[in-house]
Amino acid sequence: MFAFIHKLGSPPHFWRLSGTMVPWFSWFAVVLIAVGTVGGLWVAPPDYQQLDAFRIIYFHVPSAWLSQFGYVVMAAAAAVGLIWRIKLAHAVAAACAPIGASFTVVALATGSIWGKPMWGTWWVWDARLTSTLVLLFLYFGYMALRAAIDDENRADRASALLAIIGVINIPIIKYSVEWWNTLHQPATISKIGKPSMDPEMLVPLLVMWLGFTFFFFAVLMVRTRAELIARERNKKWLREVIGRG
Amino acid sequence: MKARNQRLLAVGLVIAGVGLGATFLLKAMNQNILYYYSPTQMEAGEAPEDRRFRVGGLVVEDSIVRKEGTMEVRFTLTDEAHVLPVLYTGILPDLFREGQGIIAHGRLDGGQFVADEILAKHDENYMPPEVAASLEETHKRTGQQQTTGGY
Repeated sequence: MFAFIHKLGSPPHFWRLSGTMVPWFSWFAVVLIAVGTVGGLWVAPPDYQQLDAFRIIYFHVPSAWLSQFGYVVMAAAAAVGLIWRIKLAHAVAAACAPIGASFTVVALATGSIWGKPMWGTWWVWDARLTSTLVLLFLYFGYMALRAAIDDENRADRASALLAIIGVINIPIIKYSVEWWNTLHQPATISKIGKPSMDPEMLVPLLVMWLGFTFFFFAVLMVRTRAELIARERNKKWLREVIGRG
Repeated sequence: MKARNQRLLAVGLVIAGVGLGATFLLKAMNQNILYYYSPTQMEAGEAPEDRRFRVGGLVVEDSIVRKEGTMEVRFTLTDEAHVLPVLYTGILPDLFREGQGIIAHGRLDGGQFVADEILAKHDENYMPPEVAASLEETHKRTGQQQTTGGY
């Protein structure tokens, strides 16, 4: 068990493993997003209330999911790095932040574009929207803190603590629509029991969600490899794999 | 205790501490985070009636009255327990219709709520128009009231 974890945390092993997985994940992502886009924009029927305007959901919901999932991945990696002193975990956390921040921006932007015609406003300070904006600022704060500390080990540890503290925002985002009266409607898919969406509309959304998630992990692995090149630049194993091409 | 376990404990305590702090903070600010009040809460005197606030509810069927030649519209808002007459002048969002969940921002003037902004809520249900139509049909036959927008 510990041998396995130890192996997983070893940069050369990760380098080999990610080298094999990145092409697979990328192709899964391309195919699933293509299928989901066709399914969502052409095959799925229009909504009874919002007609064709609801189709932005196929980008909004997967982005919003990854903005939160990305933060959990980042915080978990940071905690593993902090507790078990695994350098690879810190590299993963550092690589994760800009990806999660990008998905947060996409979620906020698509939500805003959706909100104008449907709700009648680009932005409101309700609990769901505000807590998502706080998430974006947490990502920015994490990245700024990393950038502000020159020493890599200290940057890793300080930013890991920030990432862990910020994780409290995730359940707040998730349950904001249930705890308070918000303009944003409650959850559709993760409702206990049956999701309140027609299967013809739901299937493309789930395909899209899966495609976005593969894309997230593909980018995360590529970015972690880039982190490793910077961090392990003086290590023998890296020279060997890079030298081999 | 090994150093690793100490760090594990420290991280656990940080999360627990921040979680507890956030819980108390949010509990204390609960009233401020509420995006809108319901007519029932207004009736109970919970809404800040001396300044602008938001009230949310469903637009009562057949209650929308437009004044000819102006943007003025009057309707009744309900949370199925209490009702509130609303007056609004301006452009309404696409989803504004009878039975829809909406949020009005404005102030109370006499017994009437004078809104300067109307936002439409939509619910978490997505379905094709045919399904919605057949659902409505069933509701009509069983004599239940069909509301299209949650609030």
